[in-house]
Amino acid sequence: MPFSPKPRMPSSTRPCGLSRSQRIRLGSMEFIPDLSGALFAPDLRTLLVADLHLEKGSSLARRGVHLPPYDTRQSLLQLGAVMAATGAERLILLGDSFHDEGARGRIDAADLALLRSLAAAADTLWIAGNHDPSPPADIGGRVVEEIVLGGISLRHQPRALRDGECEIAGHLHPAAAVTARGLSIRRRCFIADSRRLIMPAFGSYTGSLSVRSPAFEGLFGDFHVWMIGDAAIHRFPAARVS
Amino acid sequence: MSLPRRFQDWFAARGWTPRAHQLAVLAHAVARDTVLLISPTGGGKTLAGFLPSLAEITARGPGQGIHTLYVSPLKALAMDIARNLEAPIAEMGLPVTVETRTGDTPQARRQRQRQKPPDILITTPEQVSLLVADPQAGHLLKGLRMVILDELHALVTSKRGVLLSLALTRVQSHAPEAIRIGLSATVADPDALRAWLVPAGAAPAPLVMGQPGARPNIRILASVERVPWSGHSALYAIPEVYGEIRRAKMTLVFVNTRSQAEVIFQALWEANEDNLPIALHHGSLDVAQRRKVEAAMAAGRLRAVVCTSTLELGIDWGEVDLVVHVGAPKGSSRLLQRIGRSNHRLDLPSEALLVPSNRFEVLECQAAREAAAENAQDTDYPMVRKLDVLAQHILGRACAGPFRPDELFAEVSSAWTYRTLTREDFDKAIDYVATGGYALRAYERHAKLKAQPDGLLRLPHPRLALAYRLNMGTIIEDEMLKGRLAHVKRRLGKRVVTAGRTLGEAEEWFLSQLTIGQTFLFAGEVLRFEGLDETGALATRSQAQEPMVPSYQGGKFPLSTYLATRVRTMLARPADWKQLPPQVQGWLSLQRFRSAIPGPEQMLAETFPRAGKHYLVCYPFEGRLAHQTLGMLLTRRLERAGMQPLGFVASDYALAVWMARDLSLGLASGRVALGQLFDEDMMGDDLEAWLAESALMKRSFRNVAIIAGLIERRQPGREKTARQMTVNTDLIYDVLRSHEPDHLLLRAAWEDAADGLIDAWRLGALLRRIRGGIVHKALDTVSPLAVPVMLEIGRESVYGGAHDAVLAEAADALIDEAMRLV
Repeated sequence: MPFSPKPRMPSSTRPCGLSRSQRIRLGSMEFIPDLSGALFAPDLRTLLVADLHLEKGSSLARRGVHLPPYDTRQSLLQLGAVMAATGAERLILLGDSFHDEGARGRIDAADLALLRSLAAAADTLWIAGNHDPSPPADIGGRVVEEIVLGGISLRHQPRALRDGECEIAGHLHPAAAVTARGLSIRRRCFIADSRRLIMPAFGSYTGSLSVRSPAFEGLFGDFHVWMIGDAAIHRFPAARVS
Repeated sequence: MSLPRRFQDWFAARGWTPRAHQLAVLAHAVARDTVLLISPTGGGKTLAGFLPSLAEITARGPGQGIHTLYVSPLKALAMDIARNLEAPIAEMGLPVTVETRTGDTPQARRQRQRQKPPDILITTPEQVSLLVADPQAGHLLKGLRMVILDELHALVTSKRGVLLSLALTRVQSHAPEAIRIGLSATVADPDALRAWLVPAGAAPAPLVMGQPGARPNIRILASVERVPWSGHSALYAIPEVYGEIRRAKMTLVFVNTRSQAEVIFQALWEANEDNLPIALHHGSLDVAQRRKVEAAMAAGRLRAVVCTSTLELGIDWGEVDLVVHVGAPKGSSRLLQRIGRSNHRLDLPSEALLVPSNRFEVLECQAAREAAAENAQDTDYPMVRKLDVLAQHILGRACAGPFRPDELFAEVSSAWTYRTLTREDFDKAIDYVATGGYALRAYERHAKLKAQPDGLLRLPHPRLALAYRLNMGTIIEDEMLKGRLAHVKRRLGKRVVTAGRTLGEAEEWFLSQLTIGQTFLFAGEVLRFEGLDETGALATRSQAQEPMVPSYQGGKFPLSTYLATRVRTMLARPADWKQLPPQVQGWLSLQRFRSAIPGPEQMLAETFPRAGKHYLVCYPFEGRLAHQTLGMLLTRRLERAGMQPLGFVASDYALAVWMARDLSLGLASGRVALGQLFDEDMMGDDLEAWLAESALMKRSFRNVAIIAGLIERRQPGREKTARQMTVNTDLIYDVLRSHEPDHLLLRAAWEDAADGLIDAWRLGALLRRIRGGIVHKALDTVSPLAVPVMLEIGRESVYGGAHDAVLAEAADALIDEAMRLV
């Protein structure tokens, strides 16, 4: 038989390695976008992640939809890898860390232990999201509505900015498409102008929303996107994004 | 056995005599034998299937439940057959009731069919599965005596056929007395169909051959114009094709892709000085539009229809007296099927004209013509043992009522298609249906199959049966978006687009890459893209003659193995070139002079420099899919050999790879060896590593996930489009692959990708065939044979893995631009 259908395949954990060449400036701070979708603030040794949506896979089980129950583990392994690579001392989760209120009850014991060890490995802050207005209190770390870091507001949903305010948010799961060589290539992305940055969703089963969709209207002036490729982050101005 | 009196009289009254094959099928049916009838179109095949059924029902008396299930692959065909059956029933005054049941049948009629079942139920494969998933199936099928399977040759090569084969095992359990009558067009290997029809291990169904029709009369267009080197548009031949249409009464113009259909239709319309009624028919057009065209054809109001495979199957829609095939037919069976659309009378030859769109296609058309003259068919094997289809069937079985796994295993393995299924795989499929089959037992509480104390497995909630009925089936469409005609107004300086009438559907990937203002061909018009809204794409009519965006591709058929062999053989025998047009002869002679003509079992590989790059062009003639895979694998090897490959392009005939280093030098110095480059071991790890990451695999996984019910396309109470599916299957694929690489669905996806998408089997056969038979020519420049594939460079897009490189290139280009400004 010329072809053996043996399903041995390599692991597909997203590579984590901070992109040296790409930086995002916001206010007085500088951030490094990571291929995993996390954002690192080197000055404060702080790692930001948004929209983990833990236990999204198991949320559909009651309806008889049995998605592979490994999305939580995958997201946590990814988070652990990027924490280790950056040596982050503080971890801030920008909301929707849990897909729903029942997530805590469904999470597998091994995954829970992993989550606890990650939360203990750094000073961990859980920002409340619309999917998890009150994240479980027994994981470790503190729960906050929003927080200011280095003069920048961190919150789940973007909001109208006060004079001089800068913001980092999640919630919208941005993705951008660029047309080149006759191909339209769509990827998750960070999107930012001089005052606001919205992070891509970190969770393994999270979908994405085009930055050209109405949900993004009015949020940005002249923006750039940092698209997450397979091995590098690619920066494009608004004019190139469709 | 002779025909009942009433039937004989009916034949006689019309001046007909029953054909030998019709009587032979009847005799087998009377002896209660399952039987296979192979007969060309127009041979009275449908009537041959129905005669035994009508005779038996007449003898038995009406109103005793469903006697005959007639399964046809097309909904439209089911309707037509029901209509055609009405005439003989009425004329003979038979007490037989006939009804159809398809996806379009209203609920009220289905209900009535349950209460008062017709004698003959004409239906589709999916409906048979739904029927046996009904808790009342046993009652409905208890009087069943016959199952007639139409167009069996077309059904068995797809997952629809696999699903049908499983549904038939259930039918058999309910009605053990029922026999099957398979109706098929001519096929290369009737034995596979004979085995398919009967339970595994039983003696193959007896074969009845219909009377062969008159040999078709096939011409190849001898154009006065220059035949192009490459491309698929065949626009050079439009004036000549138009001339043929003018001479004929009714012409069907077959093309291979929807985009070709659009282009040809547009060009014919421009050439249409006489304002002949010419229409367009392809799968993307709105259904109402298609029905209109069919009705106009049947009424004889059209002179020509440009169409894709949508008009390939089915009964007559009109008096077609000429079939024009634009582009090479890619397979001899397809050609014969399409030619059969003209002149549905056995005693008259069908008239067909082949229009090659480039020089290689001239060779291919010639090969196809010879094959058709011998009535030689491509070999298409029935599809077997699909695990995703099995999972769907298991859920359907549970919908009909509690079951014992042992009994279901015995029943499933009685299908010829699942005769090699192991108990282990079956149990895995059961486990998958119940809880997803994951090593991490997360879903026991929400299992879809629950074991009862007596060992029976039961569906815990009727909602699951409803979800099954909404989602069952194996036809997975590309994600399609509607295209609608729009009106654009300026209001208060704002652009306001309002949507109008629906034109049809196009692949989402095509529409989503358009930008506002670009023009494209669709539904026979040049349209201007105006944007997307939640219902789909909006466009206005454009005055432009030429669309800016080359049209989208429909399904492209790869060259069949059988025709490929014939083309290679023809090429290898210069004595045969005399049948070819002079331009093509000249081209091949020049190739022999400048480079070489390979023998039938050899493969020519040429290396040459051009514009600062170094090229390797080889000619395996194994079809585009196999060549694309070969291209992927060769570039990986060339990379390892330090040749710095930059890209490749594949056609149906050849593959060109270009690189930064001089391969001619590498080969001459012995640093690289062609034998090693093309060694069969590339089918192992390289293929596996590439495939695991490829977009093909993700696509294959998506189909498997939908068929196996991991993802629901529709949910009770609301229609969900594929776009809004709860979780993107690419993400599921990535997660499953990292955490449970042995999962049933990954295996199923892997098997599909291997035999469907990448033609791995064919590639393996190619590599074995050319072992020790690679003819290498190091040239100074491009050879005549290489020109066509070289012209494809730049027209073809970059494949999956290179997307990152494209992004990087685009971002770098921006940086360069910025630097110049400084």
